[in-house]
Amino acid sequence: MKINRRFFLRASVIAGGGFMVGLHPIAKLKAQGPPGANQPLSPADFVSISSDGIATIVAKNQELGQGALNLLPMMIAEELDVDWKTVRVVRSGVGPQYGGQITGGSTATPSNWEPMRRIGAAARQMIVAAAAQTWGVAAEECSTASGVVYHRASSRSLRYGELAAKAATMPVPAFTSLKLKDPKDYKIIGTTTAGIETKEILTGKPIFGIDVTVPGMLYASFEKTPVLGGKVVSANLDAIKSMKGVKHAFVVEGVPMANPYPNYLFEGPGFEAGVAIVADSWWAAQSARKKLEVKWDFGKWATQESEANARRADELAAQPAGRTLRKEGDPEAAFQREDVKVVQARYEFPFIAHATLEPQNCTAHFKDGKMEIWSTSQFPAPGRTTVARLLGIPETDVTLHMVRAGGGFGRRAYNDSMCEAAWISKTVGAPVKLLWSREDDIRHDYYRCGGFQYFKAAIDRGGKLLAWKNHFVAYGEGDAFVHDGGFNAGEFPAGYVENLLVQASKMPLGLKTGALRAPGSNSIAWVMQSFIDEVAHAAGADPAQFRLALLKKSTAGTAPVDPRARALNPARMSGVLQLAMEKSGWGQRTLRPGAALGIAFHFSHGGYFAEVAEVAVDAKKQVTVNKVWVVGDIGSHVINPSSAENQVQGAVVDGLSEMIQEITLKNGHVVQSNYHDHSMLRMPQAPAIEVSFLKTNNPPTGLGEPALPPILPAVANAIFSATGERIRTLPMTKQGFRFA
Amino acid sequence: MITLTINGKPRPFSGDPEMPLLWVLRDEFNLKGAKFGCGMGLCGACTVHVNGEPARSCLMTAAEMSGKSITTIEGLSVDGSHPVQLAWEAIDVPQCGYCQAGQMMTACALLAKTPNPNDVEIDSAMSGNLCRCGTYRRIRAAVHQAAELGKVRK
Repeated sequence: MKINRRFFLRASVIAGGGFMVGLHPIAKLKAQGPPGANQPLSPADFVSISSDGIATIVAKNQELGQGALNLLPMMIAEELDVDWKTVRVVRSGVGPQYGGQITGGSTATPSNWEPMRRIGAAARQMIVAAAAQTWGVAAEECSTASGVVYHRASSRSLRYGELAAKAATMPVPAFTSLKLKDPKDYKIIGTTTAGIETKEILTGKPIFGIDVTVPGMLYASFEKTPVLGGKVVSANLDAIKSMKGVKHAFVVEGVPMANPYPNYLFEGPGFEAGVAIVADSWWAAQSARKKLEVKWDFGKWATQESEANARRADELAAQPAGRTLRKEGDPEAAFQREDVKVVQARYEFPFIAHATLEPQNCTAHFKDGKMEIWSTSQFPAPGRTTVARLLGIPETDVTLHMVRAGGGFGRRAYNDSMCEAAWISKTVGAPVKLLWSREDDIRHDYYRCGGFQYFKAAIDRGGKLLAWKNHFVAYGEGDAFVHDGGFNAGEFPAGYVENLLVQASKMPLGLKTGALRAPGSNSIAWVMQSFIDEVAHAAGADPAQFRLALLKKSTAGTAPVDPRARALNPARMSGVLQLAMEKSGWGQRTLRPGAALGIAFHFSHGGYFAEVAEVAVDAKKQVTVNKVWVVGDIGSHVINPSSAENQVQGAVVDGLSEMIQEITLKNGHVVQSNYHDHSMLRMPQAPAIEVSFLKTNNPPTGLGEPALPPILPAVANAIFSATGERIRTLPMTKQGFRFA
Repeated sequence: MITLTINGKPRPFSGDPEMPLLWVLRDEFNLKGAKFGCGMGLCGACTVHVNGEPARSCLMTAAEMSGKSITTIEGLSVDGSHPVQLAWEAIDVPQCGYCQAGQMMTACALLAKTPNPNDVEIDSAMSGNLCRCGTYRRIRAAVHQAAELGKVRK
């Protein structure tokens, strides 16, 4: 949230003698909306104090289980200097005045750390000014604690609630001039707060998207083309309409995506063609769907096969690369030297689905030209824009309510179900709850993109990494990779090897791809940190010491680098790596036969993580992950410690699941359909996970994503140490390994 | 007409007898605590008790429930004071929370039969319940804590 130039602080009075402070957009701000539209913007009030002293704080980001309802309000409450137990958290609406309501990329903490604290500080400063004026003393002589202003010299005090009405009349401070607390005085930031909706979760209250009920609501099930871009030729609509409970059945033409490889997030996801069935219960709609017979025209992707894509990747790898992403030194000369050892490997990783436990769903009500939506979207603001464009109505006529999501992991960044629900509601002229089946959800995802890496490394006689080459073969056309299917040319060890060549080639793809928790990183960390491990073993070095030595050899700045490349800070990475070695007893412990440790690190989304896994592998290649040590550097503060630990442990379990998952294509259709063939870790397989944070003097950053990527290579590297077999293809079941 | 006993109260149902119990609970009786996750008995999010046994409500029809006694998460306690709920709260288990009603119903049924389960017994009983957020170790700790709380209650 960039606020300095786009917003100003404003205070206002609320009924009953309270006051409210918020950020108000500068009037000329160009709003998101139909092209060219300038909309009147309403204020975004973030904190209010009522006369009884209750602080109501607005949470502007969506809650998916990552703790957003706590995080941003905790920042405000800290600087406001109130007791957390007197805070009431409420969700904001959705609109441009909230300065970007995007939950993704672990951005909520870093982008809101400054503005949220300043909003709290502004409210506090106005309350102090009100007290000072009441007492006829200087504001500097007053202090605050737990929602009370003190004038110690005269032993006087007033509660915030008593001052709220007067505070509203005080001058509004300039946003950038506010004095923030010394972090050593923090009482809320760094102290665990319980989830805002935990009570409701534990008593089964209807708080999720799937639970939304609107009077007069109908239920929709939507059969979409199983092949991307397919069209409905005909369907037995009359038979379906005659079925019990069915009110409507109709063909939806679908809306093509903005361009073949779009940025789905902002240009609109389009939505697929199919047949919508609307009934008086979801069960009736779903039962009718079982009798649905559709004749499809599948179009150009009907022959696409995963196996053919893999063969094509090998062909492309044998040819000159499509593009060089980064080159340093003279790698070809280094590979041809006679005194070097050359290591080569091919890695392959699959497409995978998000499979959030709550399937995609959305409730929409189109009435009198206006749309009201209840959604679990991670990107509600772009969703509102997209729906307005889709229906051809002004964005101001789309009201969007954020509802708790049963997991996001990036899937709910894509507003396809929102578009479908809006379209169906408008077509039938009634409120409609659209719910996808699990099969819909697995087969119509924006998948984590698969890909292939072809590696070559040269090690000199001293065991030093002399040259590194990786040829990334993935999906795209022309210069563009498919959405979130590219490669970060700054990925380690780029910048740490004198002779380096990073290349990429592409082939076309007829499947939607997208952001899955730690996008890019969740596959790149596995391939890069696995191959570094191969090189370390080939060099006869300890894999952890080899990495530490590499991190000391920065060559950064010797060659032009893609400005989009995200590069790590080697001192911070060495810090977490060394602590992970210490915590896990790396090199210090004797493990029983069949057991071994593996190590890996990765920098993503602003966070530095090193992880060590202890695994045991039996003769049947059954893998038990006994324990995982995670060390993270996410800056100076861990805002909500219990929630943070939960996120990290969850990221590890999630990463382990990614080692056994795949989505494959046959005749253009996604083969997998439910949790039996796109499985995930279960309780007996979940390891003990010890989480440590290395606090460094850097602004705090987000935690939803960066803990995930290193676990895959850490486990794969441990499996190599235990068995001598290197996992070069995921899912690891392709090499006969499975979790015990 | 079918009569089900839900959380101790008789509830007549005159809809499609083939409708799964999950949708009867959610859409006919507005009990939204049991969740839809897979529709195939693979994830456990829809777990309720049928005559005291944990059951996948997505797989059982309304007709099969005639005369049976069904307990849902809403029937555990009105105010979240059941030992399992208290333990889940104390351990700060949930992330998204979507699976947790099913997890708690499975845990309750386990504790009713095995008041002091060990890790292996907990893992075995809970292995049919997926948690996409990966809160498994906290769930296990919460089951142990609920067992302790249950002893104090008796």
